[in-house]
Formats: sequence, structure tokens, C-alpha cells
Amino acid sequence: MFSTLLQEGLDDGPDFLSEEDRGPRAVNVDLQTDATLQVDISDALSERDKVKFTVHTKSTLPNFKQNEFSVVRQHEEFIWLHDSFVENEDYAGYIIPPAPPRPDFDASREKLQKLGEGEGSMTKEEFTKMKQELEAEYLAIFKKTVAMHEVFLCRVAAHPVLKKDLNFHVFLEYNQDLSVRGKNKKEKLEDFFKNVVKSADGVLVAGVKDVDDFFEHEKTFLLEYHNRVKDASLKSDKMIRSHKNAADDINRISSSLYTLGTQDSTDVCKFFLKVSELLEKTRKIEARVAADEDLKLADLLKYYLRESQAAKDLLYRRGRALVDYENANKALDKARSKNKDVLQAETGQQLCCHKFEKISESAKQELVDFKTRRVAAFRKNLVELAELELKHAKGHLQLLQSCLGILKGDT
Amino acid sequence: VCVWGQAEPLNSNGQNSLLEEEEEEEEEGEDLFTGSLSVPLVLSLSRSLSLSLSLSLSLFPSATEEVSLDSPERDVLLSDGPSPVTPPASLISPHLPHNHLYTHCSFDEMEEEDTPDLFDISILVSDPEKVGEGMNAYMAYKVTTQTSMSLFKSPQATVRRRFSDFLGLHGKLATRYLHVGYLVPPAPEKSIVGMTKVKVGKDDSSSNEFVEKRRAALERYLMRTAKHPVLLKDPDLLTFLECSELPRALSTQALSGAGILRMVNKAADAVNKMTIKMTESDTWFEEKQQKFENLDIQLRKLHCSLDSLVCHRKELSVNTALFAKSAAMLGNSEDHTALSRALSQLAEVEEKVEQLHQDQAGADFYLLAELLADYIRLIGSVKGVFDQRVRLWQRLQDSLLLLQKKRDAEAKLHANKPEKLQQARDDIRELEGKVQQGERDFEQISKTIRKELFRFEKERVTDFKEVIIKYLESLVQTQQQLIKYWEAFLPEAKAIS
Repeated sequence: MFSTLLQEGLDDGPDFLSEEDRGPRAVNVDLQTDATLQVDISDALSERDKVKFTVHTKSTLPNFKQNEFSVVRQHEEFIWLHDSFVENEDYAGYIIPPAPPRPDFDASREKLQKLGEGEGSMTKEEFTKMKQELEAEYLAIFKKTVAMHEVFLCRVAAHPVLKKDLNFHVFLEYNQDLSVRGKNKKEKLEDFFKNVVKSADGVLVAGVKDVDDFFEHEKTFLLEYHNRVKDASLKSDKMIRSHKNAADDINRISSSLYTLGTQDSTDVCKFFLKVSELLEKTRKIEARVAADEDLKLADLLKYYLRESQAAKDLLYRRGRALVDYENANKALDKARSKNKDVLQAETGQQLCCHKFEKISESAKQELVDFKTRRVAAFRKNLVELAELELKHAKGHLQLLQSCLGILKGDT
Repeated sequence: VCVWGQAEPLNSNGQNSLLEEEEEEEEEGEDLFTGSLSVPLVLSLSRSLSLSLSLSLSLFPSATEEVSLDSPERDVLLSDGPSPVTPPASLISPHLPHNHLYTHCSFDEMEEEDTPDLFDISILVSDPEKVGEGMNAYMAYKVTTQTSMSLFKSPQATVRRRFSDFLGLHGKLATRYLHVGYLVPPAPEKSIVGMTKVKVGKDDSSSNEFVEKRRAALERYLMRTAKHPVLLKDPDLLTFLECSELPRALSTQALSGAGILRMVNKAADAVNKMTIKMTESDTWFEEKQQKFENLDIQLRKLHCSLDSLVCHRKELSVNTALFAKSAAMLGNSEDHTALSRALSQLAEVEEKVEQLHQDQAGADFYLLAELLADYIRLIGSVKGVFDQRVRLWQRLQDSLLLLQKKRDAEAKLHANKPEKLQQARDDIRELEGKVQQGERDFEQISKTIRKELFRFEKERVTDFKEVIIKYLESLVQTQQQLIKYWEAFLPEAKAIS
């Protein structure tokens, strides 16, 4: 059943991807698209367990063999690319665009299965309705994951330094499997420990007061902001879930009213049927409202949760470099006082100083850009959210008023 | 136990003396009828055919439990008295003589005799007030009746009543009218949990909600009862609406001895019901019964979904409030001024939306869900009168059987023992009269039920139409408010730069 579902809805190629906004679907980021390098995901296919994205590139850069080409990539390859940025020391001074979350169809799959099992216990109409709903939900999740992966690529392509990264080019152009395997257990364990060390270290580093006011302010700001975005993201998710639950109930009520209407022989049967129809449409609207809130609000918050984390990571790296620099200074002083290994200490200190200054410089610019991007993204999404809410409310109102008109005219 | 022992002596003006006695005792503040109910129940008293009194009681809502949609009116406990359905004479209104109401006088005749009043009455239940403290506390409600009908002493009356008063009223009406086939609206449910919270003095939103729910239910109950043309004329109803003092209905106490006896009887009755199989000669009844069965199922299903909706809307409201707070916090920590302000505005919008959801959930509940619950219980009444009709039929068959037996026996006696003949002949005459009465009663109840169902369907149609329209209007209002809020927000969002 699962595979037929997939074939039905998703083979539409580029059609289903373009909905209201064509063009770079940079949902949460307002990027200037650069003619020299344009990246998007033109298609996607969902199989059993994985999603295959078709990454399409248009570029005038000389290092590519053609001006326009496409490759197929999977989620793991995106993660590989992201991790290669993180591990690259040269990029320590930049906010690394956050990796897209893993495509997660588990919940949807479960629901679909439950539906299949419960097929016997509901009427045919109810079953088809629920199936349609689930398919729509599946589609929505699918679209979202495509959008997230695309945003990641677009961010990289828009970054003045990252866009030149060799791995990125390979990712875009190499039309065979990158043979990037997921991390095995040992590597995952290593990662885990690295994270533990990092957070412990992060606390240490964060404790060091920064001489630079700008960075000190950013540190405090980001810490608080990140936590609050996390909270807002959780709460918005809950709110939207309740909204969906209410919409589901309206569906059931609509079916009941329909049955009542067909059974009833009195005058009121017309009422029941009309209201059943109305509720059917209401449910669709409410589901759309929830979906739009999800897209414009919840996704926005989730994205900035990840971005603010990336910004925090940048600050951490800078802090780390500062500590290293200070330590190098101390070592140099010690060496000078003892007059031993002075040259070594001097080179060490110079390296650290250089590293620190390089990071500080780019970090400042990155953080300013982050703010600009953030403000622009929030503006865009809040405006769109308000416009969509209005559009739906007006549509809903019209539906209700016309239905009321008909019913009142009858009595 | 012979209840009417208290009412004796009955003389040939049996009716009148009882009446006088009752009136006297009422003035003393003690209602004969309620006084009698505090004693356990099964009762009948048959003296002679003309003065036979039988008392039938309906079983009240199960003494111990909470909200159930099963109507007690289904189980009408009948005495085995020989005669029908003439209630004790004392219960008859002083205005209307006995036979007008209860025997084979046709409905049409009665309606012509009615005062040509337009049905114009409005009853409000309001101002719940807690009286007393601790476990003896109770809620008193103000009942205001406004009417231009001549049935009432004055165009406006205000009294204070407590919940058990309502139950007492219902008990009397049910006893009097259910067994003749009238659809007596069921009283609101008892709720031990709800009331205990109120008694204990918990002043939180759930006990306020409970009181409001009950107040609304009591109002609907009174209006529905008053809308019934026959019930409206009942003296107990009039007393309830007009008299400032009402003796306390005792038998409605939960877990009383009477309550327990009732539950036992209810069980026995259920067993009885299963064995009565009636040969239905009238397809109208069969059809109707099926229809009501279906309606019951559908209404229950709908009610269930509505409950779920109310629950989820309340949840949505809570989650929206949480999100609003969170958004406000986020706005606070945002260091870009315009964005910060916009986020605070968003938080405000969401707060208002939360209130909207809350109100909408209220409308879902008070308009739709309660209506459905009322109708599910009313259908219980309908099923009750159907059952009653079956019982009467059964009685009739029993009497016919007995009559046949006696006739056969008489034939034999005629040959053997002439002295017992007179007795046998007397018995037969008695039985013949009983059979005739049984046939009349069966006809009457069938006719009454037809009229009642006709009225019920009309009322159902009006009720549902009215409520549906009100509900849609509430939805319209919600959307209009939503539009207002988001329209106010949009410029703020656009102002971010």
C-alpha cells in the first residue's frame, strides 16, 4: 500500500514542488541569488527508506565542465558536506549553514499502517477521506524536507567563501555515488565524546570575559536567544498539533452529520447535509491554516534554532582561539623569562594571534549578516503568516455566511 | 406497604376528601405525595373497580452515578393493580375533573376545551448561590417565569429552587404521565463528584463550569417541560414555578434506601422486558421504533465526536496561550527593535486568539453537545413510552387469557356446583370490565404516543434548526474576530526593516 501511495502522489516531477512560490524556494532565508552559481533541488523521489534529491546547478563559473547539470544525492551526502565544513579549520570563522534534518516519515508511515489495519472498522467514505488526509500529510512532510535540503545548499552557494569549497563542487558535479557511508558505531561514539568535551569546554570558554564589547554582547544575546527560540519552537509545535487534532474531529463530525442527514426524513435533514458539507470544507481550511502556521512559524523557529546554534558554535571557536592565544602569550612570557625555546614560543604565539584575529574579523561580519538575515526572514515569514491567516479566515467567513444564508432562507 | 393507608378514609366522595386533605396538608408545608415517597415503594391498592388506585413510579436516575445518557424513563415500574392508569385521585388538579385527563376522552376534545391562550412563556434560571456550608451545602437557583397565559396567577414570578426540587418535580410528572404515554422531559443528571466539589468550596474554573452547565441544563429542562401542552397545566409544575416555598423532595437523595430499592427493581424490570414479545399490528410503531433506534446511535456517535472537539479546542487554547508567552519572551530577547516589537505584537495576537478558541469551545459545548445530550436522554423517554405500550398490551393479553379460563371454569361449574356459580359470574363480569378497560387503555396510549411523537418531531426539527443556526453564527463571529486581529498585526509585521 505504501508503494502505491508513493507512486500516485509523487511522480509528478517538478509540478508538485512548485506551489505558491516558484523560483528559489529559500523559505527561511532571503538570499540574493547570484548568477554565477544557482543551486536548487528540481526533483525528489521517495523510496522505502530514503529520499533521493535531484540537485540542479546552473553556473557560469569556469571550474565546472558544463553550465547546467544535475546529480542525485541522498541525505547522508548532505551531512558529509556539512561535516566537512565544520572540520575544516579554515572555515572556523564562519557560521556554517546548519545541516538539514533527516527526512522523517516514521510518524506518517505509522499512521498509514494504522489506517490500513482499521480499514474494516470504518465506512468507505471515512476511509477514503482519511487516506486522502494522510497522503496530504505525507506530501507536506516531503515538501518540507526538500525545502530544508535546498535551503542548505542555497546558503552555501550564497556564501562568498564556502561557495568556492572543493567538496561543494564535487557534491554538485560528481555524477556518481559519493560513497559516503553513514558513520559507523565507533565514529558515532567518537562524535558523542567530542560533543561532551566540546560542551564542557564551551562552558569554560564562555566564562572567559571578552574584552571586545561587540562579542561580549553577542555572546549573552545568542545564549538567551537560542534558549527562547527553542522554547518557542516547542510551543508552536504543540499548538499546531492541537490545531490538527481539532481539524480531525471536525472531519468525524462532518461524517456523522452526513449519516444523520441521510437517515432523517424530516425537514432538518437538509440542515444536516448542508452543515456536513460546510464542515467538510471547514476542515480543509483548518488543516491548511495549521499547515501554513507550521511552514511560516514553526519551521522558521526551528531553522533559527539551528542557525543560532551554528552562531554559538562560531563564538565558541573564537573563544577557543582566544584562550589559545592567551595561553600562547603566557607561554611566550614564560619562555622569555626562562630564556628557553623562545623562538618556538614566539612562532606559536604568532600563529595563535593570527588565527584569533582572522576568526574575529570574519566572525564579526558573519554575526552582522546573521542578524540581517534573521530580521529579513522573520519579516518575510510573519508577513506571509498574517496574509495567509487573513486569506483563510476570509474564505472561511464567506463559506459560513453563504451557508447561513441558505439555511436561514429555508426556515 | 400500603401507602394510601395514610390517605384514608376514602368515602364515596373519595376524590374530594382526599383533595381537601391534600390541600390542607400542603398548606402546612407538607406534601402528601412527597411524604409518601420517603417510604419504600412498590405499591398498589385496589379496592373496588371504581375507586381503585394504583400508583406507578418511574425510576429516578441511578442513585450513584454520574453522567450517563440512559434515561430512567425507560423503566417504569408498574404495579399489578387491576386497573389502569388512573393515578390517585389526589393528584388530580383541582381545576380539571378526573376523567378529562386520563381516560378515553379524545385528545381533540380536550384541546378544544383549552383556554385559547397563545403559548407565551419564558423561564430563566439564573444566579446560582451557595447556601450553607460543608456537606449540607447546596446551590440555590433563581427561577423567573414571565408569561401572559391565564394559567398563571401573575405575569411574573420569581422563586428560588435547589436541584433536588427539580428532581422532585420531575419525579411527580414522570409518575403521573409517563405511563399514559406522554413524553416527560428527563431532568438533568445528578453528579456526586460535581456537587461535592462545589460543597467543599472549591472555587476553581471546573466547579464554576459545573455550576454553569447545571444552570443551563435546568433552564432547558424547564422550558422543554413548559412547552408540553399537557404538562404545562400540571398543578405541580405551576406550584414549582410560582410558590415561594416548596417542601423538600426527599426521595431524590443519593444512596437512600428508596434509591437502592429502585435500582433493584430496575434490574428486575430489565429481565421482564426481554421476555415480552409483542405482535405488532401497527407498522407505524415498528417503523418509528426502528427510526429512533437509529437516531439514538447516530446522536451518540456525534456527541462523542463533539466531546472530542471540545477537548481539543480547549487544548488548543491552552497551547496557544503557552506559545504567546514564549513569543513574548523571544521578542524581549530579540535585539532588533522593530522585530522585537513585531514579536510582542504576535504574542498579543496569539493571546487574543487563545481567548477565541476558548469561547468557541464553549459554544461547541453549550450549544451543540448539550443539545445532543438532551436529545439522547429524550429518546430514552421515547423508548420508555414504547415499552409502556408493550406492557399494556401484555396486561391486556393476560386479562384475556384469564377471562377465557374463567369462562371455561364457569361452564364446568354450571354442571357441578351451582352455589359457586354466582361468584364465578361476578368474577367474569369483573374480568370483562377489566378487559374492556385494558383495550381502551391500549388504544389510548397508542393514540397519545402518536400525538406525542408528532409533537416531538416538530420540536426536534425546530430545536436543531435553531441551534445549528446559532452555532454557525458563533463560528462566523470567531472568524470575524480573527480577521480583525490579523489585520491589526499585518502592518506591524510589514514595518520590520
